[in-house]
Amino acid sequence: MCLAIPGRIGEIYEDRGTRMGKVDFGGVVKEVCLAYLPEIEVGDYTIVHVGFAISRIDEESARQTLATFAELGLLEEELEELRATDETPP
Amino acid sequence: MKYLTEYRNADTARRLAAEIRRSATRPWAIMEVCGGQTHSIIRNGIDQLLGEDVEMIHGPGCPVCVTPLSVIDRAIEIAARPEVIFCSFGDMLRVPGSRENLFDVKGRGGDVRVVYSPLDAVRLAAENPDREVVFLAIGFETTAPANAMAIKLAASRGLANFSAIVSHVLVPPAIDAIMRSPGCRVDAFLAAGHVCSVMGTWQYPDLCRTHRVPIVITGFEPLDLLEGIRRAIAQLEAGRYEVENAYARVVTDEGNREAQAVLAEVFEPVDRAWRGIGTIPASGWQLAEAYAAFNAQRRFPAAGQPAEESPLCHSGEVLQGTLKPNECPAFGRECTPRTPLGATMVSSEGACAAYFHAGR
Repeated sequence: MCLAIPGRIGEIYEDRGTRMGKVDFGGVVKEVCLAYLPEIEVGDYTIVHVGFAISRIDEESARQTLATFAELGLLEEELEELRATDETPP
Repeated sequence: MKYLTEYRNADTARRLAAEIRRSATRPWAIMEVCGGQTHSIIRNGIDQLLGEDVEMIHGPGCPVCVTPLSVIDRAIEIAARPEVIFCSFGDMLRVPGSRENLFDVKGRGGDVRVVYSPLDAVRLAAENPDREVVFLAIGFETTAPANAMAIKLAASRGLANFSAIVSHVLVPPAIDAIMRSPGCRVDAFLAAGHVCSVMGTWQYPDLCRTHRVPIVITGFEPLDLLEGIRRAIAQLEAGRYEVENAYARVVTDEGNREAQAVLAEVFEPVDRAWRGIGTIPASGWQLAEAYAAFNAQRRFPAAGQPAEESPLCHSGEVLQGTLKPNECPAFGRECTPRTPLGATMVSSEGACAAYFHAGR
């Protein structure tokens, strides 16, 4: 639950006044709340925890973290959790 | 499961470990606060690379593990109500209550659903206006902004059928309580990186000064952990006790200001009973009065059955770092991830589960 995985912002939009976006986690795209990162832009990288972007990170750090998670078998576990929930916005 | 020997950065990891072994001239005990870090340490065998002078003590930073038994019992009670759709993070379902767990309720036909995000629970409330949707809002400061936003959105969208059991816990008061406990052996802390990505580093200098203890903000990957340990040992050997940020690619000094503002609006500090540990002053967040209408514990009457722990479970000592999981007489015998006596054997962040899965 404490893990947060990096992803790339693919799209940003408003849903009833709340800043939301589509984030790409190594091929799995998920809707994420961006309310806590008002400055973040399409193409930026962020770490995401329980559906919320909590911190911006640079692309190189994101790539390294994703590679490490993949090697240690953590990425699959996290992506399973992401896939397990459905894609419709709240 | 893969170990450090197969890891791309194994050379760097070995060099860091060698530097730690070389620089430690006497025994030091370092506590990693966060359960995610405990799992990474055990899974990758990092504690076995450090030499005999450096001991890792596992901290209470598993939110599922420290959620009070009375809250689990209330959650089970509310989840069993026919009008309720009960939403929880998956880790909570097998956590033992006094008599049963949430999975048992689901097995009896209760509508218990695992959500990935608290916003999934808000969506369910909007889609099911004739049902009561109750969300079990637990976690440390990392998870609290998501839960706070869910409650704020439910309020702004007028979802009167949404409510939450809020039982948040906070890292700094836990560090303070550990340092004040008699028999505390901790010489330095690795603070949880993602907690600090929300809250920043400003809460920690006072703790360093008060307890003369180094606190190094640390990430979760093997190299992050080794670097955090290396910096903690360097401080201890030099007689320094400062906050150091070894996870600067994610953590800033000020943290996430937008999240801190919403947390201050939706929650207020409360003395929290930590399962297995006891009550720590101002160590949790509960709903602020302005959001009290969303408090599930007020909305649904309590049956008031007494909470009872298994007498065989030593998870309190494990959570306080005074007992290693495999030193518990029930470990791997009466208590396994399939038949857990305590939450530390259930959660993916619990120290007992980490030891069990790593075959320790």
